[in-house]
Amino acid sequence: MLRLQKLTKTYKTGDQALKAIDLDVPKGQVLALIGPSGAGKSTMIRCVNRLVEPSSGAVLLEDVDLTKLGAGALRKARREMGMIFQEYALVERLTVMENVLSGRLGYVGFWRSFLRRYPQSDVDEAFRLLDRVGLLNMADKRADELSGGQRQRVGICRALIQNPKLLLVDEPTASLDPKTSRQIMRLITELCRERGLAAIINIHDVALAQMFVPRVVGLRLGEIVYDGGPNGLTPDKLTEIYGEEDWEATIEKVEDDEIEAAE
Amino acid sequence: MSDITLDQMLGRGWKKPPFVKRAWLRWTLIIGFIVYLIAAVSTIEVDWGRVYDGLDRGWQFVLAFTSPDFTSRWTDIWEGLLESIVMTVAASVVGILISIPIGLGAARNIAPLPVYVVCRGIVAISRALQEIIVAILLVAIFGFGPLAGFLTLSFATIGFLSKLLAEDIEAMDKVQAEAIKASGARWTQWINYGVQPQVMPRLVGLSMYRIDINFRESAILGLVGAGGIGATLNTAFDRYEYDTAAAILIMIIVIVMALEYLSGIIRARVQ
Amino acid sequence: MPVLEREDARVWRRRTTGESLIRWFGWLLGVAVFVYCWQIISASTTWFFVWDAPRIANDIWTRATPPRWEYITQLGRPIWDTLNIATLGTMIALCLAVPVAFLAARNTTPSALIIRPIALLIIVSTRSINSLIWALLLIAIIGPGVFAGVIAIAIRSIGFCAKLLYEAIEEIDHTQVEAITATGASRWQVMAYGIVPQILPAFAGIAVFRWDINIRESTVLGLVGAGGIGLQLSASLNVLAWPQVSLILIVILAAVVISEWVSAKVRGAII
Repeated sequence: MLRLQKLTKTYKTGDQALKAIDLDVPKGQVLALIGPSGAGKSTMIRCVNRLVEPSSGAVLLEDVDLTKLGAGALRKARREMGMIFQEYALVERLTVMENVLSGRLGYVGFWRSFLRRYPQSDVDEAFRLLDRVGLLNMADKRADELSGGQRQRVGICRALIQNPKLLLVDEPTASLDPKTSRQIMRLITELCRERGLAAIINIHDVALAQMFVPRVVGLRLGEIVYDGGPNGLTPDKLTEIYGEEDWEATIEKVEDDEIEAAE
Repeated sequence: MSDITLDQMLGRGWKKPPFVKRAWLRWTLIIGFIVYLIAAVSTIEVDWGRVYDGLDRGWQFVLAFTSPDFTSRWTDIWEGLLESIVMTVAASVVGILISIPIGLGAARNIAPLPVYVVCRGIVAISRALQEIIVAILLVAIFGFGPLAGFLTLSFATIGFLSKLLAEDIEAMDKVQAEAIKASGARWTQWINYGVQPQVMPRLVGLSMYRIDINFRESAILGLVGAGGIGATLNTAFDRYEYDTAAAILIMIIVIVMALEYLSGIIRARVQ
Repeated sequence: MPVLEREDARVWRRRTTGESLIRWFGWLLGVAVFVYCWQIISASTTWFFVWDAPRIANDIWTRATPPRWEYITQLGRPIWDTLNIATLGTMIALCLAVPVAFLAARNTTPSALIIRPIALLIIVSTRSINSLIWALLLIAIIGPGVFAGVIAIAIRSIGFCAKLLYEAIEEIDHTQVEAITATGASRWQVMAYGIVPQILPAFAGIAVFRWDINIRESTVLGLVGAGGIGLQLSASLNVLAWPQVSLILIVILAAVVISEWVSAKVRGAII
C-alpha cells in the first residue's frame, strides 16, 4: 500500500539522511523502524507526509506519488496518514476535545473549524475515540493539564479521527515511563489491528519493538540494514545496526517480556 | 465525574467551554465593552472634510520621504541633532551612575528597610511622571535650553534603571551571594563579588536600551523648549516644510536603528 | 591566562597588560566624551537662571498650592477623551500589528527576501518616532483634535506591539505546528490551530501593557493639540494658572497609577 522508491534526502548542510531507501508496506502491516539516533528514522517518516521535502525518489501511497502533489492534493493525501509524535505535540493551550477534533481539519472548511462548529458525526467519533482510550471525562480539560501517557492517548485519537489508512508514529514512547510505554504501544498495535491500519513506528527501544511488532526494519546511516521478523534480530544484526555492544542481555529480557505480555 | 458514559455523550453537540465561566459576568463584559466602544467612537468629533483635504497633504508628506531635504536647513538640523545626542550621552551617564546605588537600595534582599522605602519612593515618583511633564516643570524652573532636557532624561533614567536593576537583584541566585558572604567578605566586597557578576550582563543590556529610549525622548523635549532636535522638527511642521521634516525623521530612525544594532552587539558580547 | 612570570614569582592578574591598557583608554575616552557633552550643555545654559532656580521653584510651588479643586468639574470630558485616545488607539494598533507581526516573523513570513524587510521597516520606523511627533505630523495633515490623537497613538503602537508579537511568534513550539500540518490542515487552519493558541497569552499581555503606556502618552498629546487632558494642561500653562496645572498633574498621576494597577491585574489574570 505504501511504497518508497529510491527515497533520498540530502539536507542543505550536505548531510545525506536517507540514501535511496526502498521499502514496501502492505495493507494492515505494522512495522517498527529501529536504529541509532541520527540514522534517519525521523526524516524517513517525515518524508512520507512531506513535513520534510524528500530530495529525490518517490513515495507511493496506493499508487499515487506523494512527492509530485501540489499543495491542495498534498493536504488531501495527508488526511490519509495519521501522525503520532514523540513529545505528543498537542496544542497545549487548547482543550483535549479541540485537539482531537483538530484531526478533522483536513475535512472541514476554515470558518467551521475556526468557530469550532464541527459536524455532529465528527463530534460523536471524537467521543467514541476518547472513550476507547479511557479519556472521556477529560474532554474539556486543557491539554497541558494531562499526564504524559494521557497526552499521548489524545495524540492517538487525533491521528485516528483522520480516518487514516496509515499511521506514522515517531518515537511514541520516548518521553514515557516503561509501564506507560508498553500500554501506549499495546494501544497503538491493537487499534491498528481493529481498524486494519498499516503503521510505521519509529522506536529506539528494541525490546519494546520486538514485543509488539511482526516486522522490524533496521536503519543505519540512512540505509536499510535489516528487514525481517523480530526474532531474526540476532546480536550480530544488532551490532550491524547499532555498533558493538553486549546484546545478549537485551534479547533475553525480550523473551521474559513476551511471556509476561502473553499472560 | 466518572459516571459519564459514552452513550450520554453521543449525539450531543459539543461547544468549546467559554473563557469566562460565569454566564452573567461574560455577558456583562461583552455588552459593557460594546457599549463603551459605541460611546467612545460617537464622542470623537471628526471633521471628515478636513481629513479629506488632509489626505493630499499626507500624500505630499509620504512623497517627501522619497526626496528628503537635508541641505536647506542643514545648520539647524545639525545643531539640533548634536544637542539631542549630547543630552542623551550626558543624561545616560549621569542617570546610570545614580541609578546603581538607588537600584541597590531598592532591592529588598540587600537594603535595610528605611533605605528601601526611600529608594522605592524615588523610583515611583520618577516612573509616574512622564518625561515631557518633567521637562515642562524644569524649563519653568531652569529656563530654556538643554540643561532642562539633560536633567529630565537623567531623572527618567533613574526611575527606569533602578527599578529593573532592583528587580534583577531581588531575583538573583542567593547561594552564590551567600558563598561570598561565608568567606568573610565585607559588604562592599560582597556586592562586588557576590552580586555584581550576576546582574552585570543585564545591567549593561538595560543601559543600552535606556540610551536608545533617551535618544528617542530627546527628540521631543524640544517641543517644550528643553533642547534637542524637537524644536527644529516642530518648526518644520509649522512651516509645512515636509521635506525637511522627512529628513529629520529619517535621521532619527537611522540613529535609533544604529543604536539598536550596537546594543545588540554589546549585549551579545557581555553575555 | 594572565599569570605573569616576574623574576621567580608567578603573579596572577585579572587581565593582561594589553587588556588593562585598552580598558583604561576606554574609560578615559568615555570621561572625555562626557566632559565634552557637559561643556556643550553648559555653554547653552543661562547660568543666572540656574542659580536663581531655587527661588523660582519655591515661587511656583507657593502659587501652585493649593490646587484649584473646583476646576475638576471641567476635566470630565478631557479625561474621557484621554481614555478613548488610549483605548481606541491601542485597538487600531493591535489590528494592524497582527498582520505585520506575522509578515515579520521568520517562521510565518511568506517571503523572507521582500516582505520581511518591509515589515521590519514598518516596525522600526513607527517605533523610533515618539507619539508626540506623530501627533504633530497628523495635526498638520488632518487638523487638531481627538482623532489625530487616536491615529498618532495607533501608529506609534504598531511597531511596539508588532515587535513583541513577532518575537513571540518566532519562539513558538514548532512540533505543535507540525502536528496540525500533518492532519492535512490548510495554511489558515494551521495558523488558527497551531500558532494562534500559542501566542494568545503573549498577545493579551502585550495589549494590556501597551494600553497602560498609551494612557500615559495620551495624557500629554494635548500639548501639541491632539486632544485629551493635555489640552487643558497646555492652556493653563499658557496663562500661568498654576493652581489648575497642579490639579491636572494630580489627575494625570492618578490616571497613570490606576492604569498601571488595572494592567497589572489583567495581566495577572491572563498568565
